[in-house]
Amino acid sequence: MIPLEHYLYISAALFSLGVFGVLTRRNAVNVLMSIELIFNSANINLVAFSRFVEGALGGQVFALLVIVIAACEAAVALAIVMSLYRVMKNVNLDEAAELKG
Amino acid sequence: MSDALQSLPRFLPELILMGALAVVIVADLLTQRRPLKNSTDLLNGITLVGLLGALVTSWQALGAGEAQSLFASMLADDGLLGVFRPIFCLTSIVVLLLSMRSKELEGVRLGEMLALLLTVTAALMWMAGSVNLVMIYLSLETVSVASYLMVGYLSSDRLSNEASLKYILFGAVSTGAMLFGLSLLYGMTGTLDLYGVRAALAEGTFGPGLLFVLILVAAGIGFKIAAAPFHFWCPDVYTGAPTPVTAFLSVGPKAAGFAILIRFFYLGLAEPAGGGAIAPVGGADWQMLLMILAVITMTLGNVAALLQTNVKRLLAYSSIAHAGTMLMAACVLSVEGVQAIAAYLAIYLFMNLGAFAVVILAHRVTGSFEIGSYAGFWKRSPLLTVAMGIFLFSLMGIPPFAGFLAKWYVFAAVINAGLGWLAVIGVLNAAVAAFYYVKILRVMVIDEDAGPAPALAFSRLDLALLVLLVVPNILGLLFWGSLDRVTEYSQTLLELG
Repeated sequence: MIPLEHYLYISAALFSLGVFGVLTRRNAVNVLMSIELIFNSANINLVAFSRFVEGALGGQVFALLVIVIAACEAAVALAIVMSLYRVMKNVNLDEAAELKG
Repeated sequence: MSDALQSLPRFLPELILMGALAVVIVADLLTQRRPLKNSTDLLNGITLVGLLGALVTSWQALGAGEAQSLFASMLADDGLLGVFRPIFCLTSIVVLLLSMRSKELEGVRLGEMLALLLTVTAALMWMAGSVNLVMIYLSLETVSVASYLMVGYLSSDRLSNEASLKYILFGAVSTGAMLFGLSLLYGMTGTLDLYGVRAALAEGTFGPGLLFVLILVAAGIGFKIAAAPFHFWCPDVYTGAPTPVTAFLSVGPKAAGFAILIRFFYLGLAEPAGGGAIAPVGGADWQMLLMILAVITMTLGNVAALLQTNVKRLLAYSSIAHAGTMLMAACVLSVEGVQAIAAYLAIYLFMNLGAFAVVILAHRVTGSFEIGSYAGFWKRSPLLTVAMGIFLFSLMGIPPFAGFLAKWYVFAAVINAGLGWLAVIGVLNAAVAAFYYVKILRVMVIDEDAGPAPALAFSRLDLALLVLLVVPNILGLLFWGSLDRVTEYSQTLLELG
């Protein structure tokens, strides 16, 4: 059987990749994809712990809820990106900088 | 099943909000098809009735009955939830009245906005009640997703869209980090229940690993209460959002964020130590973490506010500073700190929403959010100037206004806990804050308007709104009685479980 540590390495790597993507990408859609990586790294953790910790099924339920919420959030985020595209004609985060100071 | 049924009577304010939400959505769809002459008034009326119903029932529930866990230990109906429910309802009522008078929302269909407002109000209550990691995350995201939509409600306005995008990107990253932290905490303790987490943590020492988890969770909560260094979204979002939404964000989610902070740290990461005090478990010094956050947040908020020329931006930084003050009370590690936070929020609601009400009314006539545009207001409208003066003095914490009482509660709690140095930093910050609040007043009273300035006219609704917000600020000391009732009741928080 694959030991617990291997799942945790994968999820830590995914989390770091997600944070790296959020910090470096300038396209709003790419940033949203990186955010999905962060959510899914947490999901891997939850399911792995639920598998290895005695009598703890809650993690799997939690992971299902996270998937649903991530979908809601992605839907709202893409709607906002579309709406911004209509007024700005691109989705580059560097150009969405009218608000600052 | 019977557990869920037994929980329903204790869930009445939320049920009323959900009922009003269903009615608003249907009424909005029907009037979209066949518009009535006063369909906007109809929708506003339904929302107002729902919110008032929730306010009355939550006020009645305050202090009635023992603390009880609801829905298979997902929520706890105890002192903390009891205290926060009326705060959320009052905030939403004032925001609803503000949105009726806002120039930015004139001529915009408000049906969805009202539905979102009702959803967020109910979700804020879930946040304040949640005692399970799943529920904490779920309620926090419900509030967040609905707030993203409210911020971006003016879909043809570039600033509103930009603010909304920034809000959702910052929000998703910080709640994502928080979720990662919660998943690790689940792995350490093997349970999602906060009482279970406490029991598991009390059995061992987790040290740096637990501290890492706490920093991740603090990112999610810090985002909600706009604490530095998770505050970057705050000034931009407050500036770009429609002003009633800004007013809502500065009170509602902030209050719920503090409720979650208290639940998570005081309930999940500490055990009762007798006499209302608590002692951290698990070997992570989260008191130090909160103290660092409090000092950075207060100082950064106040110093940055000094430089602002846009009144919405200034109030954004001022709200960050107030979050820092409340974080100070969260470092106290006793029920006194919880009481101070609850009292502070109850008063902060009236003073901060009051300042935003003046901003919205002024925007109706000046069409601008620049502080410079307030020149000559003393001649144009003494009433509005006096009202703004009262709100700003209250925000400064000057007696005899209610804001003084709020600061008194916090500083008394901090000093009683032996954190004198923290109180000194807090007082220095309050002195800095006086500068930028007085700056607004100086422009209103002393600066002369360049052009001819007609007197401002207000409707009856405006006057009623101002009176509603001014009176609690002036009569703060008479408020003491009901505040004591509130704070006494919040003692039950630490007795449950």
